[in-house]
Amino acid sequence: MARNDRMSGNEAVAYAMKQINPDVMGAFPITPSTEIPQYFSTYVANGEVDTEFVAVESEHSAMSTCMAAQAAGGRAITATSSAGMALMWEMLYVTASARLPVTMALVNRALTGPININNDHSDSMGARDSGWIQLYAETNQEAYDNFVQAMPIGENKEVRLPVMVCQDGFITSHAVENIELLDDEIVKNFVGEYEPEHYLLKKENPLAVGPYDISNYYMEHKKQQAEAMKNAKPVILEVARRFAEISGRSYGFFEAFEMEDAEVALVLIGSSAGTAKETVKQLRKEGKKVGLVKIRVFRPFPMEELAETLNGVKAVAVMDKAESFSACGGPLFAEVRSALYDLENRPKTINYVYGLGGRDICVEDFAMIYDQLFEIGRTGDAGEVYRHIGQREQEV
Amino acid sequence: MAYSLKQQVSKPERFAGGHRLCAGCGAGLAVRGVLRALKPEDKAVITNATSCLEVSSYLYPYTAWQDSYIHSAFENAGATAGGAEAAYRVLKKKGKIDETFKFIAFGGDGGTYDIGLQSLSGAMERGHDMVYVCYDNEAYMNTGIQRSSSTPRFTDATTTPVGKVIPGKPQNKKDLTAILAAHNIPYVAQTTFLGNFKDFHEKAEKALYTEGPAFLNVMSPCPRGWRYEPEDLAEICKLAVDTCVWPLFEVEYGVWKLNYEPKKKLPVEDYLKKQGRFRHMFKAGNEWMIEEAQQFIDEKWESLLARCK
Repeated sequence: MARNDRMSGNEAVAYAMKQINPDVMGAFPITPSTEIPQYFSTYVANGEVDTEFVAVESEHSAMSTCMAAQAAGGRAITATSSAGMALMWEMLYVTASARLPVTMALVNRALTGPININNDHSDSMGARDSGWIQLYAETNQEAYDNFVQAMPIGENKEVRLPVMVCQDGFITSHAVENIELLDDEIVKNFVGEYEPEHYLLKKENPLAVGPYDISNYYMEHKKQQAEAMKNAKPVILEVARRFAEISGRSYGFFEAFEMEDAEVALVLIGSSAGTAKETVKQLRKEGKKVGLVKIRVFRPFPMEELAETLNGVKAVAVMDKAESFSACGGPLFAEVRSALYDLENRPKTINYVYGLGGRDICVEDFAMIYDQLFEIGRTGDAGEVYRHIGQREQEV
Repeated sequence: MAYSLKQQVSKPERFAGGHRLCAGCGAGLAVRGVLRALKPEDKAVITNATSCLEVSSYLYPYTAWQDSYIHSAFENAGATAGGAEAAYRVLKKKGKIDETFKFIAFGGDGGTYDIGLQSLSGAMERGHDMVYVCYDNEAYMNTGIQRSSSTPRFTDATTTPVGKVIPGKPQNKKDLTAILAAHNIPYVAQTTFLGNFKDFHEKAEKALYTEGPAFLNVMSPCPRGWRYEPEDLAEICKLAVDTCVWPLFEVEYGVWKLNYEPKKKLPVEDYLKKQGRFRHMFKAGNEWMIEEAQQFIDEKWESLLARCK
């Protein structure tokens, strides 16, 4: 029997971790993800899990611990944010290239420079090429559900890649919402045992991990890694299908909200979808055909599926909660616009960078953007495509 | 049973020949010496910091290691070994593993004294049941003999070259063994390759079979960086010990014990003159360098004797 409760996003993810009962957690506190290892170490202290909690001295050591624990044959998890993930950077690549399905709860927070503890997606967007699968959540419920699905995706033999389960710092990590929790047994059965074919502690057959890989072999290994990320696409959908059976909640690569007849659309990631959906509802009442695409899976990127959904739309605004300093738009924009390129009648696209370092975005902002999209649809002129919203223009 | 080198070397090798370490390199000796101290029935997971040892012993698709082996990065051998050991504890508790595994990390002085010091300190403090072995060759040899915090003063290294105004490395060597001893872990020892390897073997055995974290610092000369003939390795190690440049001692649960006191403490120049990296110290006008090197060695030795009383 599923159980209704009220939880913050951090507690919800920690609760999923407890239900999974992994072998090793290596973690170091950083706002706003700190509560996750705190909750989890309480489960450890009370004997509610079998996990070895390794309270490391840095995030670099956290990911090193997880990578080695997973290589040894255990299931390893961590939680982090922002600069903490930046300190793991080297090990993100090492873990993915060793094809070790470590699971990370990432509570998205702005990268330092200057220091800021609030939400944006600069941490995970910067790591988009590290070889990790990335799942994003709008709500606490989605953060919980994504975490439960992470291991069956990452550990699949055709995939064997680490998974980052992202949620928005403070917005969902600290806000307490109603949530439906699955039964422990149902989660345990759904996630199953971790049964790697090769691992360091296998008695019959020692394993060597992390070779010096000369140019004769490196390219082949990278190609295999790229194939694994492609393989993740059908696996993500299959795991979502199985998850719907136990939960009644459906997931795909993205959520298409009021897209069937939409003339203009927004594409975004994460908790801002709540505000955007409210805007869509209001504008729909006025008879305006607006829609929203909320990306759940950013790596692997659902390029064909997204193009299909946005086909026929006149104008699209892609919302980036991260700067990439490319001088031509954010990371989501680059991917979405590329996805649309092969369409016969591709929509006009603009990019908005928004919400950096916790800057709010409101219904009025989204309504204004939809108005602009209708105007672009009418005139066929996108104007300046690379835009920012929500900032003061005078010096502060 | 009394120690016998002959008996020890008749055990099956756990580090195969055919690796690409140089002739006369100490790293391979350190590895073979430590692995010989494992009970043949015990299994091991070896962690290796990025180093000469790593790139010479596990080039895809070949490995010289008979035991399970993991290399992940340069600065994290401590945390990597700790992670594998943590998984072992859980899997053993869950009944998924019944064998005994030992966890051994190897790092050079670059990966240990410098970039990996934090990770090492953390792993030791957390109490993982593991042995960290530093094969100390006193510079970053893998990238081409750059100075480290282990490099002795006056060494001619590629980032502390002997120039017209700077005579080699300006700073003295860091005392890493004492830093590890200050972690109050069960076992810390300093050794090198001497005679029948008795000192080395006994320390490796103690480190492996004392529960909890242990640290071994092994002076491991490098023929390229130190500029000696490969066949002189043993002599250089002997001179390091007899000049008190590299004293043999161990610290068990905070109790310091000197393992060897030379009958006649030799002057430091006996050690220095065998190595090209110190050649400039013997030029006319540079006598002060040898004097100051001697003074540093004497002070360190006296303070070690005081600690071991």
